[in-house]
Amino acid sequence: MDKETDIVIRVQGLRNAFGTHVVHEDLDIEVRRGEIIGVVGGSGTGKSVLLRTIAGLQRPTAGSVDVLGVDVLNADEQTRSALEARWGVMFQDGALFSSLTVRENVEVPMRAIDGLNPDIRRHLADLKISLTGLPYLAGDKYPSELSGGMRKRAGLARTLALDPEIVFLDEPTAGLDPIGATAFDNLIKGLSEAMGLTVFLVTHDLDTLHAVCDRIAVLAEKKVLVTGTMQEMLRVDHPWVHDYFHGPRARAALDATEQDQG
Amino acid sequence: MIRQVMDDAGDQMNEGPEFSVEDTGDDRGVTLRGVLSIHIVSRLYAALDALPTQDTRVDLSDVTHLDTAGAWSILCLERRLQSAGQTLDITGASRTAAQLIETVRNALPDPQEAEDGKRSLVDRLEGFGRSVTGAAGYVLALVNYLGLFVARLGRSIRHPSTFRMTALVHHCQEVGLKAVPIVSLMAFLIGVVLAFQGSAQLRQFGAEVFVVDLIAISILRELGILLTSIIVAGRTASAFTAAIGSMKMREEIDAMRTLGLDPAMVLFVPRILALVLMLPILGLIASVMGLLGGAVMSWVELGISPAMFRTRLVEGTDVSHVMVGMVKAPVFALIIGIIGCHAGMQVESNAESLGRQTSNAVVAAIFAVIVADAGFSIFFAQLGI
Repeated sequence: MDKETDIVIRVQGLRNAFGTHVVHEDLDIEVRRGEIIGVVGGSGTGKSVLLRTIAGLQRPTAGSVDVLGVDVLNADEQTRSALEARWGVMFQDGALFSSLTVRENVEVPMRAIDGLNPDIRRHLADLKISLTGLPYLAGDKYPSELSGGMRKRAGLARTLALDPEIVFLDEPTAGLDPIGATAFDNLIKGLSEAMGLTVFLVTHDLDTLHAVCDRIAVLAEKKVLVTGTMQEMLRVDHPWVHDYFHGPRARAALDATEQDQG
Repeated sequence: MIRQVMDDAGDQMNEGPEFSVEDTGDDRGVTLRGVLSIHIVSRLYAALDALPTQDTRVDLSDVTHLDTAGAWSILCLERRLQSAGQTLDITGASRTAAQLIETVRNALPDPQEAEDGKRSLVDRLEGFGRSVTGAAGYVLALVNYLGLFVARLGRSIRHPSTFRMTALVHHCQEVGLKAVPIVSLMAFLIGVVLAFQGSAQLRQFGAEVFVVDLIAISILRELGILLTSIIVAGRTASAFTAAIGSMKMREEIDAMRTLGLDPAMVLFVPRILALVLMLPILGLIASVMGLLGGAVMSWVELGISPAMFRTRLVEGTDVSHVMVGMVKAPVFALIIGIIGCHAGMQVESNAESLGRQTSNAVVAAIFAVIVADAGFSIFFAQLGI
């Protein structure tokens, strides 16, 4: 195990390249247990690629990825599948299986558990659907019958099916209206507190960064440029970071948060 | 006095999660220990469900890990007791466990009855009626697409500048040229099979030479064009549906409309027209290859030389057989093209419907071609051709 057990994800010297196009070069990032970390960066800076690399969906050309004390890149099959039960990934549009109902979707990860009574499995799936704020009858519906916001909630319900320790969220509020996005922000924050989740969150949404993230990591120049709280971000004088957190949209989001708190 | 001790540490073969449910000895209390997770929830639920319905106190201070499934089991017990007017007192929960239990309690769903799944006789009758009108509506929709195609074709004759020549040539290559190898091979083998089977039967009467008539008439009138159409239906109707359907799925068709482009003009006319032009040519190639296959097999099996085959073919087979075969080709082409384009436009915004419509298009196109062929047979028989 890790000496500092509060570090659950440790990425060191990561290099990702597609052909001659280098996305990440010597990238380091650490995520602590129980925190919500938001990863931001311009389009094409490889935020989603970083998420996919940590979740083991993309093999980097160099570097090491440790999640919950397991070397993701060199672990054997058994260790990997044990690890995969301890994290959950939510893709942008939920990535629900379109031929299954929402409840069946949530039950999919639970089927891997030996001796779980189908009746109880069904009740637990209903509970997860309800935890993410969906109405009970949504469980009988197919993904194509749901709105974008409901699909995201259903995707989150499937991600949480086995009570993972780490949750990876790819642009959770993209494409949602402001009310829906705020509700989703609150949902993430509430669930991460109640279930003790560590959340790795890729986003463009400044309101989400203000409202839920404990720390922010900025991806630029092929690496994690700075990591820190929102207050620390505001003091960074790198031009891109400055523009990002001092632009008109950032100001508006900051004002809104301050009003909420004051 | 409850003397119920469930100790699961013993019967866990591997190093799985351990938990136990023990009474505290004072008749009203239960102590839970260990890891209360989804892995053991079935047994935890059964153990809690077996507790008598009375005021109970649950002590969680020895619980090392609690997840939502564990919290759910405890809350199920709470619900059962509360519905009987009793209470459940949860003590010793850590701060996080208490928070989790509270969250789960607030989210605990109230099962609602979904709509009644049973179907009465009236419902079945209604479903039957709907599928009949649906089938009629489908035929009507195809006729509508035929009209649309003809109208747009007429417009492109009046305004030749709107016609997409490049697209037409491209689709002629896709539909026609690229299908030549498979169609030729298929027809050649059919000719071989006919000669082989025909010779075995006709030899019994000493009428071997009539195998030429058998091959020529069956291939020229029926098999050449019908089998070509079936192959093209499988190849091209599915390609039309997939191409148009994926454009529909990604809202490209809507984008076309907003840009003032008519999908019928841009997508349907070049595709269907290419098929109408190419299918007769493919049919002709298939007929020639079928005769070739028949000639080769007759020579090998019956000793009918190619020269004799040719003489017999010219003498015994009227050119009207060729006409009867070829006249069907444009009709089959229209059927295949229209069914393919129509199915493409029915695709919804999910990948599943794309797959469903593609396979529907192939099945419908092959079926419709065979039905049309039967119609032609009756028609020509009545005319005596």
